[in-house]
Amino acid sequence: MQEMIKIEGLKKGFEGQHVLKGIDLKLYKGEVMTIIGSSGSGKSTLLRCVNLLEYPDSGHIYFKDQDILAKGFDVNSYRSHVNMVFQSFNLFNNYDVLGNLTLGQIKVLKRSKDEAKEIAIHNLKRVGMQDFMHADVRKLSGGQKQRVAIARALSMSPEIILFDEPTSALDPEMVNEVLRVIKDLADDGLTMMIVTHEMRFAKDVSHKVAFMSEGVISEFGTASEIFEHPKKERTRQFLASLNI
Amino acid sequence: MNIDLVRSFEIFIENFDSFMYGVMMTVLFAIVGTVFGLIIGLLVSGIRAIKIEKTDSEPVKVIKKIAELIIRFYIFVFRGTPMMVQAIFFYYFFRDIFHWTHLEAGLVIIAINTGAYMAEIIRSGIGAIDKGQKEASRSLGLSNVQTLLYIILPQAIRNSFPSIGNQLIVNIKDSSMLNVLPITELFFQTTSIAGSNMQFIETYLITALLYLLLTSLASLALNLFERKMGLAKAHVEMCS
Repeated sequence: MQEMIKIEGLKKGFEGQHVLKGIDLKLYKGEVMTIIGSSGSGKSTLLRCVNLLEYPDSGHIYFKDQDILAKGFDVNSYRSHVNMVFQSFNLFNNYDVLGNLTLGQIKVLKRSKDEAKEIAIHNLKRVGMQDFMHADVRKLSGGQKQRVAIARALSMSPEIILFDEPTSALDPEMVNEVLRVIKDLADDGLTMMIVTHEMRFAKDVSHKVAFMSEGVISEFGTASEIFEHPKKERTRQFLASLNI
Repeated sequence: MNIDLVRSFEIFIENFDSFMYGVMMTVLFAIVGTVFGLIIGLLVSGIRAIKIEKTDSEPVKVIKKIAELIIRFYIFVFRGTPMMVQAIFFYYFFRDIFHWTHLEAGLVIIAINTGAYMAEIIRSGIGAIDKGQKEASRSLGLSNVQTLLYIILPQAIRNSFPSIGNQLIVNIKDSSMLNVLPITELFFQTTSIAGSNMQFIETYLITALLYLLLTSLASLALNLFERKMGLAKAHVEMCS
């Protein structure tokens, strides 16, 4: 399997506080990796470092063997291959649903308007939002917004999608509609890195699970290894606190 | 104290052409000042919004730092001194270089002065946009400049529209300060008319009413435009 992301000795701090204290990870093509752990353990910071929304203090991140922290590396081009879906959706309020999906395609991937629209509609169908093509994004429900955000990421034809707690800002009844969409993407073989608190979902969808605690990956393994036979006491405590 | 309204009306009719010329010049200065001031404000606030990033090369970091310092100095000077002083200082300072007329100097000064205020207005409009939209744009691969052009500035203008409109009304009134150059705007014309008929109260009453009419019409037009903008739905065509 092709190595998509390799992280070595990644460290990141904010104002003297060490959030990531040396992360090593590998993500392979077609793999779904979930990152779990309590709040403040550094999960989101790790994901943001992979997308370079946060710049690491030290360590290396490789995307298909290219050092993304190297001088002169084309960050914008990299990001068009590795998209991110955010907890708070972050849709562009000055565009309708279709505009949100076509802007990046037209401006970054230089697709024609017609092609971008066609791809956008295809992806809106994938997430069940084709009837909202011209809707004002501010008027959508949380679940609908997140599905549009996923379709926006998909429209860039990314090689990897990073999900940063995609259901945390949703009402309980809207969580499943989003998780169903992500599950479908996993079934389609999309490479994904997901930070989530939805343990049942993580267990169901993940090939690999990383349990983070206090800025390090405390335990790493398959979903069954982590959820059914955790080796470390800290992992057992965390899962027990969630009744898993 | 009595105001002879009939005499006021007579002065208005007798000097109708002069008043109308003054109104026309005032409108010209207010519109040019606001439009070009907005363009300057957008440029300045746009440049300010592009922060130094760790991925920037050293020369880019230095250029961004210098640009930030120049912009801060510009805003500091133009917001911190009266436009009347700016008008006289810059007109004479650059007269031998540009060989400009009073009219040209006045238009440039009102635009640059307004630009400093617009820059701060747009900056607060940018501040009102949640940073998540910027992050989402960058995470799709859009550059800093593309993010500004297609995501941030359109929303900042929309957010700041009441304050931008207010600046037009301020310019209608503040263009009177340019009479020191001199510019033959409404206030200058009034001073000339009152100086010849010596009926200051009656003459300035007309001017006050004309300024009120201008600012009211501007408010009305801005309200209509704002309402229309509120209903307008941005579409992807915007970015073509």
